[in-house]
Amino acid sequence: MSEFVYQLREVAQAYATRSVLQVENLDILQGEIFALVGPSGAGKSTLLRLLNFLEAPSRGTIRFQDTEFSPGQNIPLALRRRVTTVFQRPVLLNRSVWDNVSYGLRLRGQRDADALVRLTLQQVGLQELASQRARSLSGGEAQRVALARAMVLQPDVLLLDEPTANLDPYNVGLIEEIVRELNRENGTTLVLVTHNVFQARRMADRVALLLEGRVIEVADVESFFNTPCDPRTGAFVRGEMVY
Amino acid sequence: MFYLIFVGNPALFEIVALSLRVSCTALIFSTLVGIPLGVALGSNRFVGRRLLVTMLYTGMGLPPVVVGLFVYLLLSRSGPLGQLNLAYIPPLFTPAAMVAAQSIISLPLVAGFTMAAVMAVDPQLRLQMRALGATKVQSTLAVLREARAGVVVAVIAGFGSIISEVGAVMIVGGNIEHRTRVLTTAIVLETRKGNFDLAITLGVVLLGLAFIANGAMLYLQGRTIEE
Repeated sequence: MSEFVYQLREVAQAYATRSVLQVENLDILQGEIFALVGPSGAGKSTLLRLLNFLEAPSRGTIRFQDTEFSPGQNIPLALRRRVTTVFQRPVLLNRSVWDNVSYGLRLRGQRDADALVRLTLQQVGLQELASQRARSLSGGEAQRVALARAMVLQPDVLLLDEPTANLDPYNVGLIEEIVRELNRENGTTLVLVTHNVFQARRMADRVALLLEGRVIEVADVESFFNTPCDPRTGAFVRGEMVY
Repeated sequence: MFYLIFVGNPALFEIVALSLRVSCTALIFSTLVGIPLGVALGSNRFVGRRLLVTMLYTGMGLPPVVVGLFVYLLLSRSGPLGQLNLAYIPPLFTPAAMVAAQSIISLPLVAGFTMAAVMAVDPQLRLQMRALGATKVQSTLAVLREARAGVVVAVIAGFGSIISEVGAVMIVGGNIEHRTRVLTTAIVLETRKGNFDLAITLGVVLLGLAFIANGAMLYLQGRTIEE
């Protein structure tokens, strides 16, 4: 298998006539924690939707593992199911925590995976709430359910779209620890979208800065924060206006 | 008195049975078409959607007597469908023609309320289900399940609109004894004849049926909300 999990070449996304993303070249390595940082509206979430094959790019190619896709090409379901996303605002089904966590497995026809669901609930610390209505949970608990329903699928790539943006420090720390453990133990590739540079620094192996739909700089975490090549990266890291 | 009339009048059983048969069959048809239509309109954006929704809302207020007239003209021997003389096109003055008319009356209600229920589901749900690996059909079913309390209301509204309507079944059914006489048309007839005891009994039976049906569906709705 390739050491690259994703290779994006000349990828662009536009809605009607509005261009929102133009990525000339971006590689994401197998097993790494890759952080995408940038201000709101930079195109980070759009890029995640492309990486999850939830929408097709207007042009360019996305190579996922050993398969290359161009716009208009049909994405096999089995391949799409190797990637999943945890969103900033979890939308849970109006059912129990257990039903929410096992939902993706049921979609895949895996109905005898109780042990896996139980283990995942333990990993996110929600085993006591398995039978509780998901809609009655706090924000932090709901986000952990969302994380659990993604983790239980054992994806090759887990995309995290600002998963801790609305959470208190305790839940931020908890979720960061859970996903770090997932990466360490299972080798799951993590792509973390965040506008929190401190979180990117804590979590990531490599970091990319996205501004107005373009990748400004990609570097390992130390270089990105200590010796950035692009002055805009330095400005963003320092919290200065870079629009 | 009602009990005696009910027990002593086998024609009443026949009328009640036909009323339920016609309205339930029409409800099944309108549900089979209306729920998918409501889901499609509630979860997709396409050219012409606004026009379709406007037509649907108009249909929700259709007077049954106008529907009856429309179906009558369609199915009469000189009408566009009647003159085809095909086996699956019901002739006038049959229960099948009454089912056709009642299906048209309840379809916009079932579809319209289903659409509203689907639109009330968080639009992010579909995207998040897709991200978990759901196909389009699976994510649509997830949305429909989330909207189930509203869908039950849609079915209740559809049933309520046809079990108690009189105009359409009178026009296309003709209120023929032992063939197309249903509760509402029988009430009209008995009132005109001055048979108020029987008319009132039929009215009470109709109210009772509507109450039981709505109660059962509200029970289902309550369960879905509590789930």
